[in-house]
Amino acid sequence: MTNSKTDIQTTTSRKKEAVVLEQPYIELYEQNEETIHIHSASALNHGRRKAFEKFKELGFPTPRVEIYKYTDLREPLGVDYGLNIKRMNFPVNPYNVFKCDVPGISAYLYFVVNDAFYPMENRKSHPLPEGVIIISLRKASEDYPELVEKYISKLAEKHVDGMIAFNGAFAQDGFFIYVPKNVVLDRPIQIVNIMRSDVDFMANSHNLVIVEQGAKAQVLVCDHTVDDVRFFSNRVTEVFVGENAFYEHYKLENVSRKTTEVSTLLIAQEQNSNVLGNILTLHNGITRNNIEIDLDGENCETYLTGMTLSDGRQVVDNYTSILHNQPNSHSNEKFKYILDEESKGGFTGRLFVAKDAQKTLAYQNNKNILLNHTAKMRTKPQLEIYADDVKCSHGATIGQLDEKAMFYMRQRGISEKEARMLLMYAFTADVIDNIRIDALKDRIKILVEKRLRGELSKCEGCSIC
Amino acid sequence: MYFSTRLLVCIMLEIKNLHASVNGKEILKGVDLTVKKGEIHAIMGPNGSGKSTLASVITGNPTFEVTKGNVIYEGIDLLELDPEERAGAGIFLSFQYPIEIPGVSMVNFMRAAINAQRKYRDEEPISATEFLRLMREKKELVEMDTQLTNRSVNEGFSGGEKKRNEIFQMAMLEPKLAILDETDSGLDIDALRVVANGVNKLKSNENASIVITHYQRLLDYIVPDYVHVLHDGKIIKTGDKSLALELEEKGYDWLKK
Ligand SMILES: Nc1ncnc2c1ncn2[C@@H]1O[C@H](COP(=O)(O)OP(=O)(O)O)[C@@H](O)[C@H]1O
Ligand SMILES: [Mg+2]
Repeated sequence: MTNSKTDIQTTTSRKKEAVVLEQPYIELYEQNEETIHIHSASALNHGRRKAFEKFKELGFPTPRVEIYKYTDLREPLGVDYGLNIKRMNFPVNPYNVFKCDVPGISAYLYFVVNDAFYPMENRKSHPLPEGVIIISLRKASEDYPELVEKYISKLAEKHVDGMIAFNGAFAQDGFFIYVPKNVVLDRPIQIVNIMRSDVDFMANSHNLVIVEQGAKAQVLVCDHTVDDVRFFSNRVTEVFVGENAFYEHYKLENVSRKTTEVSTLLIAQEQNSNVLGNILTLHNGITRNNIEIDLDGENCETYLTGMTLSDGRQVVDNYTSILHNQPNSHSNEKFKYILDEESKGGFTGRLFVAKDAQKTLAYQNNKNILLNHTAKMRTKPQLEIYADDVKCSHGATIGQLDEKAMFYMRQRGISEKEARMLLMYAFTADVIDNIRIDALKDRIKILVEKRLRGELSKCEGCSIC
Repeated sequence: MYFSTRLLVCIMLEIKNLHASVNGKEILKGVDLTVKKGEIHAIMGPNGSGKSTLASVITGNPTFEVTKGNVIYEGIDLLELDPEERAGAGIFLSFQYPIEIPGVSMVNFMRAAINAQRKYRDEEPISATEFLRLMREKKELVEMDTQLTNRSVNEGFSGGEKKRNEIFQMAMLEPKLAILDETDSGLDIDALRVVANGVNKLKSNENASIVITHYQRLLDYIVPDYVHVLHDGKIIKTGDKSLALELEEKGYDWLKK
């Protein structure tokens, strides 16, 4: 490893008595603005200064900020992380580090190491269909500047969120996926994010996905850590889904307990498009998912599902917004949590229906099982409905495993442990059933079962996908 | 000496002065009952008399607390065992209100149950083909719709289908002691015949059944050796099958005093 402190910019000036967490990052930016620019995807530089100013104004979110009230990021943000501003190559071959395999998925496979898209010269993956582009955002900014600039940051810049602004100031690269008009990808795209560092490390990345009219793509993003240091990952992914297009986004997180992840997924749908988001958090430290889906055309279909299995002191907070901006669309949201020990869960389901978005159908459901008195769940539906001819429903439950079902199973001879396992597994079944990639579904079933049996306590050599 | 040993072998279940309560409220107030191998016992009694509670306590439902008395099953102290151990030892309860378990398929549920019980008896897990054969055979026996076993346990089943599913599970698990808690209520004659057939098929010199019912109707098909009347947590009368007919005619009031 060459990422010694001389190569990696750090914020060592920070001391415990430092009054604000933001200060070292503000200094880091101001002293290195030019370096950041030089080593960045050019498309990300246009809004950088503005994002930085916004960050200075907003600061990092604290639980006093309404939308972050379930997640306290102050402790992880106080860690002295290295940032790879000069874009040093991390000498790692992900193929060796990571024997990644969802049996039978045969995906278009790509790696991102920390926040850098891994060069794929020797990749064994299948050739992409004509016109499909999967490269780093930096390369895309050079090769397809008009395409990139038409979309980049269009969704992110609308947000008033310190973490997104911070990302705007510091993100230098990410992946770029382009699926042109009417191209149907015959297999999923799998992006494996690997966090790899010898020192505590922060990665900021910005990804862009464009799925044009009538196209179809499935993207599976797997998050892993391979080192036992503190990681902070702050990621923004923007997805533009054209008319009549199909897009599926699976986020599968299986990282170390020392990892903090703030992941913002922003999706804009045009008319008649169909989107599925499935957010699976199997193992983590502190995770905050911001998910916002804009339904900007009529007759859109949106399925947003998610599942969290947590124990120890894990924190998982999913802040979701579905915005019906146009009439006649249908959204269905379902999140399930199983929380054990001292873990904490948060769910916010914001549902916005614009005044003109008549005939909207929107369902939202959040179900939670607490296995323990020390586990905590906070759930909040937030309905903002301005149209009158709509059908919206929401529900949230927090409970324990069904005692009657437990006894029924035990009466048939099934052990208490096995009965609990079956019930927990059953609880997650409808989220798993929402996975439309069969090979992934089979793999997730096995992983969930292992996780519930406690056989996946520390990431299992990260062989999750 | 010889005689008493034989007697011991013959006794399957011996309940003595059993008291049980729920949330501090006493429901069973001193139940005595002895069931020998090969026998069928009917337990009758008005609603709320504690029949289901008795079944729950025998099978180890943690909702109920045993405050006094003991239960010996095949020479062992049953109250020491977990519900799953009791099941493994051959005790089966056909629930008055079978539980729906969304997301757990009948197939997985049955396989888990069979293998758990086999493990309890130090036997190998059932093979896939043997399991399928057994499922098919028992479905035919209880005339159960094939589709039902493809669904989640009891989910969306009609009342009758749930009862039939209980008998199906009983046939699959082949218990030594079967307790049927109002398996007949809500069933038409046709289904009743199937249920009775299931019980009668299981009957052998080695097995026993406790049939809880408050209609004498079922007892036309399953002929009991004894009929007990449970009232206010106690067995207040025991007789042979003619007692059931008498109860049908006169009700319970004449016994209550
Ligand atoms: N889980 C429970 N909690 C509180 N009371 C109960 C519970 N189960 C049964 N009981 C009470 O115990 C009494 C006996 O009930 P049960 O055994 O179901 O009667 P039966 O089966 O003879 O109709 C009734 O008064 C009933 O209300
Ligand atoms: Mg009853």
